[in-house]
Amino acid sequence: MNFITNFADTFYLNFIKEDRWKYIVDGLGVTLQVTLFAVLIGIALGFVVAIIRSTHDKTGKMKILNWLCNIYLTVIRGTPVLVQLLIIYFVIFGSVRVDKVLVAVIAFGINSGAYVAEIVRGGIMSIDAGQFEAGRSLGFNYTQTMIHIVLPQALKNVLPALGNEFIVLLKETSVAGYIALEDLTKGADIIRSQTFSPMLPLLAVAAIYLAFVMLLSWLIKLLERRLRNSER
Amino acid sequence: MSDKKREKMEEMKAVWEASGAPLIQVKDLEKHFDDLHALNGVSVDINKGDVVFVVGPSGSGKSTFLRCLNRLEEPTAGEILFEGINITDKMTDINLHRQKMGMVFQQFNLFPHMTIMKNLTLAPMKLQGKSKEEAEAEAMRLLERVGLADRADAYPNQLSGGQKQRIAIVRALCMKPDVMLFDEPTSALDPEMVGEVLAVMRDLAEEKMTMVVVTHEMAFAKEVASRVIFMADGKIVEEAAPAEFFENPKTERLQNFLAKVL
Repeated sequence: MNFITNFADTFYLNFIKEDRWKYIVDGLGVTLQVTLFAVLIGIALGFVVAIIRSTHDKTGKMKILNWLCNIYLTVIRGTPVLVQLLIIYFVIFGSVRVDKVLVAVIAFGINSGAYVAEIVRGGIMSIDAGQFEAGRSLGFNYTQTMIHIVLPQALKNVLPALGNEFIVLLKETSVAGYIALEDLTKGADIIRSQTFSPMLPLLAVAAIYLAFVMLLSWLIKLLERRLRNSER
Repeated sequence: MSDKKREKMEEMKAVWEASGAPLIQVKDLEKHFDDLHALNGVSVDINKGDVVFVVGPSGSGKSTFLRCLNRLEEPTAGEILFEGINITDKMTDINLHRQKMGMVFQQFNLFPHMTIMKNLTLAPMKLQGKSKEEAEAEAMRLLERVGLADRADAYPNQLSGGQKQRIAIVRALCMKPDVMLFDEPTSALDPEMVGEVLAVMRDLAEEKMTMVVVTHEMAFAKEVASRVIFMADGKIVEEAAPAEFFENPKTERLQNFLAKVL
């Protein structure tokens, strides 16, 4: 009995009193917002970089762009995302007031783009050269062959890896609290600092992350299965 | 802009047709891969309606020669005139000319993410501006000719090797090419499937389609070819009508080769 009343008290203290649940719900909104837009930026950036790099690998063209892409990949993949976030917030936007959500979206988007780029490039390079030649022999130019023939197949092959990247991204946004962005993790932390009872808010937040990761995994599996069915 | 180019191409084609020049003129073609000289000065004329078979030992450059004809391999030196236009010139838009040169590969290279019908209609719709109905009607007509009309909605993975290669031939034909290039079309097939592909090719030859065929099928070459070319070490060593080529080979190289393969 004691345990149950204790739990009820703690629950009340952490979530009900002073509407503290709002920290969690608002935080979740911010986390999802940052993840969603960062994913979009990551995909856009990643595809552009992947196409430049694989075009260079295949044809030897685009030397300068490829060089720039290599620098981007090396720097972004060689430094922690938290450091990148801090640099963008305190150095690049240091002297201007700018929405923290926007900063987080930019930082995580640029970061994710580097990983997406290498995943997609791997997918493009894994497509048999004969597919490319078949497209070109029909009269398609390089870009048309990419769009109609190579990319759809490459995308299908890398879908699991891409999905995994987005799951990683969702969890990585939890460091956004370092720039005082009130995301899901920060929400739990604020409650903890007010109530001095860390267990419930942190477990609640962990459960929410887990639920979203499981939902994402399920969606990706569904999509994969649908794509695979179309070939059988 | 593309329409202008196409108009220009048609104009030049008319000039070429009036001149009576060969469909394809190859002059001193060379292809070097680093130190390897795959082609060492190949010159040949291919006339409209010719069925030219190219044979030779592996490494003789016959596949490289074929792939240079539509510039899937970029020639190192030499000229290729196709319908009177120098397509080795960097200024020509090779994509336009490739639409008139169908190619069939050893490994079929069908697009696995599309149905057969989509495989056949993609290029005519995107490149020649045909409507879906038009492209599908033409594809269906050709599918019926090769006996695969019932597989239009299947995916390539659901077909046998012989069926895939017949579809690959149809895919090239859907563009209404002026010449068909075959790169060892039966080499990746199980023996019992070779016949069905050769039958389609025989059909094409009888319809006076211009064909350039790289193959190891000597009996088929003997039966269908209008001319046979023997290549070795990146050069054309001997060239003759099939009867002469197989019954009365002139050079020692060809005599040795025929002794091994026949």
